[in-house]
Amino acid sequence: MTNRRFIPDLSNFACPAPLRDYPHVILGHGGGGALTHELIEGVFLPAFSNPLLDRLGDSTVLDLAGELAGGGRLAISTDSYVVRPLFFPGGSIGDLAVNGTVNDLAMGGAMPLCLTAGFIIEEGFPIAELAAVVDAMAMAAGAAGVRIVTGDTKVVERGHGDGVYINTAGIGVVPPGVAIGAAPIRAGDVVLVSGMIGDHGMAIMSVREGLAFESQIESDTAPLHGLVAAMLETCPEIRMLRDPTRGGVATSLNEIAGVAACGIEVDEAAVPVHAHVASACEILGLDPLLVANEGKLLAIVPAEAAGRVLAAMKAHEHGRQSVVLGRVVAEHPRMVVMRTAVGGTRVVPMPIGEQLPRIC
Amino acid sequence: MKHLTEYRDADKARRLVAEIGRVVTRPWAIMEVCGGQTHSIIRNGIDQLLPPEVELIHGPGCPVCVTPLEVIDRALAIAADPRVVFCSFGDMLRVPGSRENLFAVKGRGGDVRVVYSPLDAVKFARQHPDREVVFFAIGFETTAPANAMAVKLAKQEGLRNFSMLVSHVLVPPAIHAIMRSPGNRVNAFLAAGHVCSVMGTWQYPPLAEQFRVPIVITGFEPLDLLDGIRRTVLQLEQGRHLVENAYARVVSEQGNEAAQTVINEVFTPHDRAWRGIGTIPGSGWSLSDAYRDFDAEERFVVTGITTTESPLCKSGEVLKGTLKPNQCPAFGKECTPRRPLGATMVSGEGACAAYYHAGRFLEGSGTA
Amino acid sequence: MCLAVPAQVESIHEENGTRMGRVSFGGVVKEVCLAYLPDIAVGDYTIVHVGFAISRIDEASAQETLRTFAELELLEEGLAELREGDEAAAAEELHGPTCGRPI
Repeated sequence: MTNRRFIPDLSNFACPAPLRDYPHVILGHGGGGALTHELIEGVFLPAFSNPLLDRLGDSTVLDLAGELAGGGRLAISTDSYVVRPLFFPGGSIGDLAVNGTVNDLAMGGAMPLCLTAGFIIEEGFPIAELAAVVDAMAMAAGAAGVRIVTGDTKVVERGHGDGVYINTAGIGVVPPGVAIGAAPIRAGDVVLVSGMIGDHGMAIMSVREGLAFESQIESDTAPLHGLVAAMLETCPEIRMLRDPTRGGVATSLNEIAGVAACGIEVDEAAVPVHAHVASACEILGLDPLLVANEGKLLAIVPAEAAGRVLAAMKAHEHGRQSVVLGRVVAEHPRMVVMRTAVGGTRVVPMPIGEQLPRIC
Repeated sequence: MKHLTEYRDADKARRLVAEIGRVVTRPWAIMEVCGGQTHSIIRNGIDQLLPPEVELIHGPGCPVCVTPLEVIDRALAIAADPRVVFCSFGDMLRVPGSRENLFAVKGRGGDVRVVYSPLDAVKFARQHPDREVVFFAIGFETTAPANAMAVKLAKQEGLRNFSMLVSHVLVPPAIHAIMRSPGNRVNAFLAAGHVCSVMGTWQYPPLAEQFRVPIVITGFEPLDLLDGIRRTVLQLEQGRHLVENAYARVVSEQGNEAAQTVINEVFTPHDRAWRGIGTIPGSGWSLSDAYRDFDAEERFVVTGITTTESPLCKSGEVLKGTLKPNQCPAFGKECTPRRPLGATMVSGEGACAAYYHAGRFLEGSGTA
Repeated sequence: MCLAVPAQVESIHEENGTRMGRVSFGGVVKEVCLAYLPDIAVGDYTIVHVGFAISRIDEASAQETLRTFAELELLEEGLAELREGDEAAAAEELHGPTCGRPI
């Protein structure tokens, strides 16, 4: 279970001797020489250590013969993480950097195996805070069952890099017999969502300068490959999986409708939103459908499988509040339409850019 | 949420819709002035629930839509000043000026920040005495008490590094201008409930009388809107033209007198240009003499603005209700939410953006 | 315009001579300015716009409004729709979600 600290507790960070000379990251730490090695030995290795990483080769050779035997296929994904603030209710950039890439792999049905981790650090960033980020990443990796097997460190001049940016690439294996999307999405298919939406985006808002508020909202960041495996066991013919991150559920549904060239209908009454998230959205004039999630998935499944897939999701720790969100229809192809709570209809468009709080 | 969710009840909505259907016998055109009401109508699909005789015309109640192009250009110039931290409500960031918007200025390195309240801008100014903080004070009467208090506190505390770029607009002169427009089809108004919670209802009877239009003070939730429409249709069918308060739980005849006192101290009426409509006499507020020192227009001398509205943009006629968005030649072609020519396509409750999304749906499903 | 949201006053205090309060929007708490409602009390409901409480919500009036709505009649077709909707919901509970149901 990921450590859900909000304010990182840096008091226990014991700075190894060489790093005590430089409590903040300096340009030399990215130079590849002794300072870089000190940073790796002092911060990254203690957190990420495993036999593959500890060799500290320029690259890491993986033996995946076992996993690939019998028709398994390699999956690869990459993502970069630039969230501000670095620590927020429910998690940190470290959690996102692991779970985000794990989930990209999971949406294709892959079991994630290992990650790379590239850090771009701003000159002047406190090493203790870097250690807290790395610590969070290590815990998230442990919880997700993946290892960080190779990495890179660069330092950029003060004023660039916004503290720290992280890139992770992930490798996974799609087990034989799993073929998400082998059959195309068609009218009649059911749209499922794995739980409450909008938690992550509103958790970030709750600590944004100029917009902050007090609530119990926490980021929902979580690794979903276990949930996906449970779903595939009941229904190998899942049509599509998507994790609705930036742009929220609305963006993902519009993407799905576009790919499928079908329409999607959603019932407003069915959209699951935590009461505090709903309230916070009211205050800022935001639509929960457009708010980012970091531990949720959307699944398009054949109608006859919907009941049992939903049951499998609800039985899993990361899918307890799964519900039917809507259905795929032949009408209004490529458009997402919502039946509103009062019985009207409206189009749910693809958002154009970042959703902004409004006064109007 | 209490006092919110109850007004979204589907059963009561059905009853209100049924009542409207029972009462209406001929076509009527009703204008809702407030952009927030337009947003709620579209978001809840209320216009589709109404009988075909009732037409809703979306009015110019979106301060985002009507902020003059020249003011936007001035805001952009100030925001681009490296000394300035430019604080704004989120609504304004995507509104196009003659060439770009605040987002673009932010992209080039301008320090542009979204705030929830004008007090957040004052707080920033207090905490950073070395930075020049400018707050973009737009809005209708609803936002005026907040903007007024912000500059009042800044003056009290002697915050020399705080100023406001003011573009306030007023509802009653707008109603007057709409009724005077050639081609006006409006039979009745839903007045803006939150504007009236501040200003009261006393400004509206002369308008109802002069133009012989019912004016019903209406709230924002689905049941409030349906009730406002119900009362309006009833008046129209009965040939009455009175001011009626359908939002009595929040609005009183006198309004919020404490707020009006501070507004009168801080602001002074002014002829104001409305984007796409032109100048409406006495339709705006600017800072009074006592607060002139805090006026960003005086503090930042901005020269060389050439304000050019797109010749294709017809948002003025849309705002007056004399043109439907899909009757504009540029609609959906040169002008889309992605590349908007005017504010009615940018703003979430701009009529053009609303039509763009709803209209696509109507075409796609083949129903009217 | 005028996005104003109901909130319940939890506590009131003064800051630099200005009346401020902590209010709860359905559980989400923010500090807002109460200067424009000198008579508002803890427990009252207010509507808040851009960090300022601008009006007190009259409970009695609210109740009366909702009661008026509830007493309006449904249309005959509306009643039939309600019954249909209830039956469909019951069926769904028994048999699992149906698909392709038109709006």
